[in-house]
Amino acid sequence: MEIKIEQDLFAHEAELATANRRLFKERGLIVLNLLAAPGAGKTSLIRKMAPLLKRPVAVIEGDPASSIDTDLLNSLGISACQINTEGGCHLEAPMISKALEDFHPEPGSLLIIENVGNLICTASFPLGESIRVVMAGVSEGDDKPFKYPDIFQDADGVILNKMDLQPFVDFDPDRFRRGIKALKPALPIFEVSCKTGSGLPALAEWLEQTIAALGEEG
Amino acid sequence: MHELALTEKMLKLVLTEAKNHQAQRVTKIKVSIGELSGMIEDCVAYYFQLSAQGTIAAGAELEFVKCKAKLFCPACEREFEKGPQDFNCPSCGGLGRLTEAGRECFVESIEVE
Repeated sequence: MEIKIEQDLFAHEAELATANRRLFKERGLIVLNLLAAPGAGKTSLIRKMAPLLKRPVAVIEGDPASSIDTDLLNSLGISACQINTEGGCHLEAPMISKALEDFHPEPGSLLIIENVGNLICTASFPLGESIRVVMAGVSEGDDKPFKYPDIFQDADGVILNKMDLQPFVDFDPDRFRRGIKALKPALPIFEVSCKTGSGLPALAEWLEQTIAALGEEG
Repeated sequence: MHELALTEKMLKLVLTEAKNHQAQRVTKIKVSIGELSGMIEDCVAYYFQLSAQGTIAAGAELEFVKCKAKLFCPACEREFEKGPQDFNCPSCGGLGRLTEAGRECFVESIEVE
């Protein structure tokens, strides 16, 4: 006997993300999911951008192992907690709700979830975030939108980091932009350098505006 | 890369459906996988074999339906299959936009006894 099922396996993930969205609202948190390959500069971005924002920043760090990033952020006065996936390649929605049982960011905070460094799996597991940002570095190459289309397609913004290295690497910004345009024509791209600080004020301003627009939506 | 997590979810879904139909054994599972879903068939098959052990789905045949990624060309107003290098339309060379086709991971049906 044949039984028709016709169910998308990713649909369940969307339900779990919706439960998180309710939790974030109850706790008064605005949540940003930060996605990038390992070494793109996610933690550097957080430490450089936090002082530029009007609201407190709290961080959930996702890494296969270690508390290196969490220890660094806490030492700088940025409230952070660590999830170790023990080899797992992405964070899933229930890991975030579990972490928030013991982690209590101040209401009104921007909670940045620094996902596991990975451009594949992290795209498929929504965490209930309101803002999804993908970060890439010029040293990674200009072909990322063509090789990892999924992750850019669901993003609200793209950060192109390490612009200070551009003179030393073969990165064609037009090719990168063309790829992004195909996936999501209106997706904003922010060219920054976490090393020199260039581009970060514009990024912080966009983030404030995006958060304000979320508030208007209720 | 995340095949284990999704294969376990697939097994749970299959077992629930089979139980609802009072099935004794699941013999076949038909799954559609898009080329941009991040799912590798051999990995799904391997994890399925491990996780289905001791359940009524143990030994079930997995049939994979491959779904190509399709793009939409706004100038030609037609869909085309994604080429290996870029997102360009084969007719006009213009930039296509990605559609939902190619991102699926869908349990179509199961066969039970």
